[in-house]
Amino acid sequence: MSEKTSPATAAAPPPDEHQRMEVGAEAVPRSRFARIMASSAGRNLGLVVALAVVCVIGVITAGDLFADVDNVITILRLAVVVGIVSIGMTFVIIGGGIDLSVGAIVALASVWATTVATQQLAADFHWIIIVFTAMAVGAGCGLVNGVLVAYGRIAPFIATLAMFAAARGLAEIISDKRNQLVDDPGYVDFFARELFGVPVLVYVFALVAAIGWVLLNRTTFGRRTIAVGGNEEAARLAGIKVQRHTVYLYVLLGVACGIAAAMLLARTGTGTAQHGVLLELDAIAAVVIGGTLLTGGRGTIVGTVLGVLIFQTLSNIFTLNNLDTSDQAVAKGVIIVAAVLLQQFVAKRAGST
Amino acid sequence: MTDPILRMAGIVKQFPGVRALDGVDLDVLPGEVHCLLGQNGAGKSTLIKVLSGAHRPDEGTITWLDEEVRLTDPTAAMRRGIATIYQELDLVDGLSVAANIFLGHELAAVGFARRGEMRRAARDLLARLGHPEISPSTEVGQLAAAGKQVVSMARALSHDARLIIMDEPSAVLDQNEVERLFGVIRDLTRDDVAVVYISHRLEEIREIGDRVSVLKDGRSVATGLPAKSTPTADVIRLMTGRTVEYVIPERRQDSSTGEPMLSVEGLSRAGEFEDVSFEVRGGEIIGLAGLVGSGRSEILETVYGARRARTGVVTVAGRRLRNGSVSAAVSAGVGLCPEERKSQALLLGESVARNVSLASLPRFSNASFMDRSAEIDVAREQIQSLDLRPPDPKREVRLFSGGNQQKVVLARWLTTGSRVLLLDEPTRGVDVGARSELYKLIQRLADEGVAIVLVSSEIPEVLGLADRVLVVREGQVVHEGPAADIDEHQVLDLVMEGSAA
Repeated sequence: MSEKTSPATAAAPPPDEHQRMEVGAEAVPRSRFARIMASSAGRNLGLVVALAVVCVIGVITAGDLFADVDNVITILRLAVVVGIVSIGMTFVIIGGGIDLSVGAIVALASVWATTVATQQLAADFHWIIIVFTAMAVGAGCGLVNGVLVAYGRIAPFIATLAMFAAARGLAEIISDKRNQLVDDPGYVDFFARELFGVPVLVYVFALVAAIGWVLLNRTTFGRRTIAVGGNEEAARLAGIKVQRHTVYLYVLLGVACGIAAAMLLARTGTGTAQHGVLLELDAIAAVVIGGTLLTGGRGTIVGTVLGVLIFQTLSNIFTLNNLDTSDQAVAKGVIIVAAVLLQQFVAKRAGST
Repeated sequence: MTDPILRMAGIVKQFPGVRALDGVDLDVLPGEVHCLLGQNGAGKSTLIKVLSGAHRPDEGTITWLDEEVRLTDPTAAMRRGIATIYQELDLVDGLSVAANIFLGHELAAVGFARRGEMRRAARDLLARLGHPEISPSTEVGQLAAAGKQVVSMARALSHDARLIIMDEPSAVLDQNEVERLFGVIRDLTRDDVAVVYISHRLEEIREIGDRVSVLKDGRSVATGLPAKSTPTADVIRLMTGRTVEYVIPERRQDSSTGEPMLSVEGLSRAGEFEDVSFEVRGGEIIGLAGLVGSGRSEILETVYGARRARTGVVTVAGRRLRNGSVSAAVSAGVGLCPEERKSQALLLGESVARNVSLASLPRFSNASFMDRSAEIDVAREQIQSLDLRPPDPKREVRLFSGGNQQKVVLARWLTTGSRVLLLDEPTRGVDVGARSELYKLIQRLADEGVAIVLVSSEIPEVLGLADRVLVVREGQVVHEGPAADIDEHQVLDLVMEGSAA
């Protein structure tokens, strides 16, 4: 159908013609607007608008308290942990899985990285040992999740639910349910240090997001992730090692949890089994709001980052207006449902499957 | 003759991108066993779902007992006396027989189930079905397949069904159980209950059926044929739709000279096929002919490593493939175009280029980073070579027609440099014009030295394209020889032998 004739046919399709178009696999998306909105750039544009709306609400309700550089920095600082986890979660969900254990893994990694032994080692060499330990613990947990899902053929929901329980339990055992302070002041100082007015912590989030974007959009790993989540059978029959790739995805998320734990240690100066409670829900919510399909095969890193920022800004506004966390929780629930309904509406309009 | 209790006319049912039913007519007389025949994907299941109220037709009328009706949901169909027994029995394993029979319409008094009464009524129904040995209080999960089927039928009768639809009831039964099922069906029809019976087994249809209707590609191609006297060959011809013109270009050069490329020796899989051996030379096309369920697709998938062989060896260009490893087959240069293009081969929401590169990602990457311009370039070359329309490497695959989607799958394997191509129903869902184009393409690939194994339900397609033919029946290779030495009817005979009455 050429550009010239299409408006005419679209305006008054003869019934027969209309029928044929519906029949054929080449049914054309109805409007250009719907098509643009359904593309990943369009969805992200929608999220930018949503974020802008949230900011306007912030300015109206909290005025200068909200529209203050320090406040914006605070929002970003608080977004770091959930943000890093959400980047990893984006990969697992695009790959057709889900991980409920991220909060527990963050807790375990934070505790393991602040044990007397680890801190002794860090004191002997460098505080970077703390970061590496957290990442290694996360990778280990992710490996267990991945192997259970890919080779044990346990549903991701169940396998990671088991890790959800076990990892936090292990964190309590190791820490004896006590808070473990980070001894090395250099560690906390390094991540709190500001470059151009922004703490290093925030740069770490930006770096993780950038790496995530490149990994998803520019590497074979990203392609395989999309293929495995989009059509597992097709991926398998195209010669992709689906099970192995699934393990990689959970390990990747585990490592992200480790980095998030290290950042949490830097922000709070404490490792505890109580870290990361409900983090899994915040991360999944941010990913879903960001336009990633829970059924797998499609999603964007930019969307996830925007999803994280929308949530974080919103809770900031609630806090500034002295509303309690219960109200926040209700609002979050409403927003998740509204966002998903909106996405489904747009997807349907664009005639995608 | 009595009036039909059910008359369906011009039924059309549309799903996104596919017209599952495209003008189906069906008349069912009271007390008859009306058999519905058709290949997989012909629309039988969709038709049943329309009749049971699970799908609403987009066009057409359903007349039930001389009254035009709309079956808006399964309950509406049930209330009118149309009951369906699905292939996957929809019983709750954890509930008792009686509870299953009255599921959804429990006998109750002020909200309390009248268990005693239900048990009594269940016992009566089971006795009527000739199975008084099934206790109403048994948990359904403990029953064998045949017992479950009886419970489903009892449930249908508990609704005073006048019409019972059975979707391949014999598939899960052994010979004795089938005999008993037929006894039950005869009892039912004596009471003027009509049965719509679906089966692939022709001999069953001869035994139990009164009339036969045949579906092909969502259309009625025959209605109300006599079940006992219609020749098998006619039925097969209707099912496979020999109305299509097969424009297969003449086969060109001598293919017997190439090097042996793929060799399969003594391949077996429990319950699927036994001791399959064949060899394909570069430039040769081998055709596998057989019915759906004969094991032909399973053979292809096992050669490809997508299923693990119990015994046997697959060798490609002299190198033995690791059993059950698709990636080993792919790196040895084997490619599979699977039967279900959309669900097994394509990422429908992704672009042509991304689908083409999927099996050769390392080729398009440098230290894992994708070289996207090389990817697009290769896709463009393939698009030109295969004449993909529209020729846009960035267009999403779901927007292409069936024939062009098949070309995308072929392009994927040509990009990996496959030397052995396994084609499973390459022209399914492809319209006639595009078919002959695919035929030419397949021949061209063979001429370029690719070894090809072709599976197709369409016998003329196999005979026209292949150099040699293997006929598969019930997991056994029953014939092997040059395609030129055998004709369509001989293949049909071989394929149907044992199924024919």
